[in-house]
Amino acid sequence: MTSSASVGSRTPVVDGLGVAVPDRVVTNADLAARLDTTDEWIRTRTGIAERRIADPTIATSDLAYEAALAALKDTDEARPAAVIVATTTPDHPMPGVAPLVAARLGWDAVPAFDVQAACSGFVYGLASASGLIAAGVSDRVVLIGADLMSRITNQDDRATAVLFGDGAGAVTLRAGTPDERGAVGPFDLGSDGAHVDRLVVAAGGTRAPGPEPSEPARYLSMDGRDVYRHAVRRMTESCRALLDKAGLDVDDVDRFVAHQANLRILMAVADRLGISAERRVSNVDRYGNTSAASIPLALADAALRPGERILLTAFGSGFTWGSTLMTWPDLGR
Amino acid sequence: MSSAVYDKVKELLVEKFGVSEEEVSREATFSDLDLDSLDLVEFALAAEEELGVRISDEEAEQLDTLDDTVKLLEEKGATVEGGA
Repeated sequence: MTSSASVGSRTPVVDGLGVAVPDRVVTNADLAARLDTTDEWIRTRTGIAERRIADPTIATSDLAYEAALAALKDTDEARPAAVIVATTTPDHPMPGVAPLVAARLGWDAVPAFDVQAACSGFVYGLASASGLIAAGVSDRVVLIGADLMSRITNQDDRATAVLFGDGAGAVTLRAGTPDERGAVGPFDLGSDGAHVDRLVVAAGGTRAPGPEPSEPARYLSMDGRDVYRHAVRRMTESCRALLDKAGLDVDDVDRFVAHQANLRILMAVADRLGISAERRVSNVDRYGNTSAASIPLALADAALRPGERILLTAFGSGFTWGSTLMTWPDLGR
Repeated sequence: MSSAVYDKVKELLVEKFGVSEEEVSREATFSDLDLDSLDLVEFALAAEEELGVRISDEEAEQLDTLDDTVKLLEEKGATVEGGA
């Protein structure tokens, strides 16, 4: 069955934004009290001051659901939508988070699936939502980026425990036209799967049998310097390719919202692209690296004005990377 | 031995890493100049982009003084573009 509507009227348009983060704040000082690290080291290396950590009774679908509810308030839209959850930390290895969220929203029989592209998940999720809309599968999509990174990081490992936090952010999208505020696209996505060991949670899948929880392979392991190198290069190239594809110049970009992993990576990419300081959005100081949640969390903190052209870019384990453009909608704030 | 590479390295350090010109000398180490491990990666990336040579993480870790750095870059065939 083909859609008779032209592609032009099936552009994804964002019309809602919501976030949900755990209440518990863990500061650098809290971490320095039990790990061999300092507030100064963490701030200068990463730009992070504090992060949110979910209590043990909370699972990813809980935060994802709260973020979705918050986003749905913008349109007051009760009609069921497709649900996509970008996550690396689902409640269970099976099923995904999306069907759980759809059920809690009271939506029967909607398309619901997870996207696993690590820290690039939200951009890949936007591309997936775009696909559902363009193909005529759905007229409305709720896209949620949600991760409880604290559950896959070794809290006794100072190298990784300081970097990550928990959170969720969601957008609602509808089918519209490219000239509308909130329109998303085009996209530049990529991957390089030749460096798995640089950023990996090795055990718990089919490559290695599940170990006892105490084994290091159960937790996230990262070569920070190598990841920095790849991230800066790939995000920069991706943004350049995207702007080229869109027929735009970097000066046409009003705000730069990168995946919030590390302030220095973000600055290095922005420097190379020639994006001035006041256009760079950053809230990594508040939440740390929340993986797929980081972009919507940053959008929520950015005080964006309707009509502003936003450049989004992300890089994550895989390696994966992705960039896209959008104009900011009027959410009545 | 070309000093164009040394001048370029000095320029990079001053303009991109906030190092003051007076501190830069051939004997200076990266830690003397207050550059941390991420700065070294950033420096290696910048060297690649501006001088056309690739420095691996392992090679970057071996670097001690700026003199070592300039020698390594020259060995790899670093070229400085343009006049002035």
